[in-house]
Amino acid sequence: MLSQFANPARFMSLSAWAAPVLALLAVALFAIGVPWALLLSPSDYQQGETVRIMYVHVPAAWWSLAVYAIMGAASFVGLVWRHVLADIAARAAAPIGATFAGLCLLTGSLWGAPTWGTWWEWDGRLTSMLVLFVIYLGYIALWSSIEDEEKAARLAAILCLVGLVNLPVVKFSVDWWSTLHQPASVFRAEGSAVHPDMLGPLMIMAGAYGALFGALLMMSMRAAIFRRRVEAARARIGAP
Amino acid sequence: MGAGRPFREEPKLKVAGLSVARGGRLVFEGMSFGAEAGDFIELRGANGSGKTSLLRAIAGYLRPRSGVISFEGVEEPALCLHYLGHLNGLKPASNVSAHLRYWAGLFAGAVDIAAVMSGVGLGASADLPARALSQGQARRLALARLLVAPRPIWLLDEPAAALDAQGRTLIASLIEAHREQGGVVLAAVHEPLGSAPSQTLQLSDRT
Amino acid sequence: MRAVFETFRRDFALMWNGGGGALAPLGFFLGATSLVPLAMGSDRALLAAAGPPLVWIAAALAVLATLERLFQADLEDGSLDQMLLSPTPLEALVLAKGAALWCAVGLPLALAGAPAAIALQAPAAHVPVIVISLALGMAAFIAIGLVGAAVTAGVRRGGVLIALIVLPFFAPPIIFGAAVAQGEAVAGAMAILGGCALGALALGPIAAAAALRLQAE
Repeated sequence: MLSQFANPARFMSLSAWAAPVLALLAVALFAIGVPWALLLSPSDYQQGETVRIMYVHVPAAWWSLAVYAIMGAASFVGLVWRHVLADIAARAAAPIGATFAGLCLLTGSLWGAPTWGTWWEWDGRLTSMLVLFVIYLGYIALWSSIEDEEKAARLAAILCLVGLVNLPVVKFSVDWWSTLHQPASVFRAEGSAVHPDMLGPLMIMAGAYGALFGALLMMSMRAAIFRRRVEAARARIGAP
Repeated sequence: MGAGRPFREEPKLKVAGLSVARGGRLVFEGMSFGAEAGDFIELRGANGSGKTSLLRAIAGYLRPRSGVISFEGVEEPALCLHYLGHLNGLKPASNVSAHLRYWAGLFAGAVDIAAVMSGVGLGASADLPARALSQGQARRLALARLLVAPRPIWLLDEPAAALDAQGRTLIASLIEAHREQGGVVLAAVHEPLGSAPSQTLQLSDRT
Repeated sequence: MRAVFETFRRDFALMWNGGGGALAPLGFFLGATSLVPLAMGSDRALLAAAGPPLVWIAAALAVLATLERLFQADLEDGSLDQMLLSPTPLEALVLAKGAALWCAVGLPLALAGAPAAIALQAPAAHVPVIVISLALGMAAFIAIGLVGAAVTAGVRRGGVLIALIVLPFFAPPIIFGAAVAQGEAVAGAMAILGGCALGALALGPIAAAAALRLQAE
């Protein structure tokens, strides 16, 4: 399946229908997930209604990590096989992942204020998520600072791969330093500790975020490919 | 320079179907030629025709878009060539002998640094920092790098730039001596260097 | 090996002699740490509680300024081309440059951490441990900084960009170094700090060399 994406022209014809489909899927999943999360799911016996922020916060956290991992894979492919689509994908994914990370931090802060009595605390998970957010920003800034696009792609790929060391830290930081943030409750070896009634909307929201990411990624990549085609055409016309 | 060939085997360079791009634009394509021990190949062409790109591709800095560059008679391409580009590779605060000592260490060459210095006409300037050198003297110091470690293939990008007639004579004698020892010289030039080339490659502007 | 030594020696001489060497970062470091009591007021108890870790912030920022030109000069004057033609791997030469920076700037900064920590009310018995932790931390900062400097070597005035790229990776050494400075869980924090330094030294030169090869294109 991966080879289907290898050719830019093939990717363009694939994404021409895949992007709208994913967008519709995202809309549908949000349409199901948001009311379910905000209204129909049970409130927490300890936290009351504010637990509902979890349905925005947790999928954002998951996807901010997943997007970075995808960027890492794309960076690796771009570095080793010098594949143009991989570079475009990595660059397009970054702002989306950064937004997820920022959303996670913001909603986490909003959730933490009534629950823990503080807007911010320097514990392991929050700090490493903030670190991830800044790594995203640095990656995006690096891309913008280098004029030669091919060179920018390779250098940014190296930076992205170096940043991968942060992912296990974020994932396991709640286990290594149990200071404030609750330990892992969904993806655990012994099975999820979250009540099944909450698991449903959580998974729907996670799916919605994923479909949204897929749709946005494809649209962003299409725009990048169009731009490159325009520039290439300009160069051909402009050359003496 | 001593008699006899310091290079273990006869060095050969072969380029086949080379295409090189810079900044997304194809600079040249389909370049093919070969060079053997004692050859001196002149690269000629207008500015921007790809002379520097060709030299840098052979040096291994630039990955070609297509084509093959092969070396025979040498183990590791990067260890068999000297590259003299537009830039001299000098540190302004470091003096002449410090530069030569650094390059000798960098390239694992064992030479008499004083002899090399006087060989390029810088014998009196051993303690001068690079920023105090004239353009011509700086170029001579860069040329001295070629003598610090014996390497069969020389890639020279406009070596006579900033040099006076004496300097050009120096280059011609260095090239002649290198060819006699079985080395290969590839030089991008605008004017003849004073050593008769075995081949002249003309790179044209891409239209 | 000779190439490694010559690279170290040349870079150390250039840093030490040219541009005042360690003076600028040292001056910044001491200046920044002396601003802290001014900002926090002279309440000794408060300074003792919060002061020592701030030495780490000042040290991190001081070393940041030295990173920008680390590879940019080599790229601009053609020295990088020559380093790529050496029989010694570029990774080793990059490590040599980092070692030169540590000796010329990192170690002096670590030693300057002694008076700085005392000025920020660290207990005198604790100061040697702080200096050792700073020396480890500077090694980590420099190893990480090698990557930041290498990927931004072609960018004009890339100082802010380097800071943005490199600061998130400075966070772990700063966190554990500050813990040592506070006197909390010193043995554990020191061990992790050492681990950060070792990890950065293992990964940094490899990533930096890969980036530099790309810059040479």
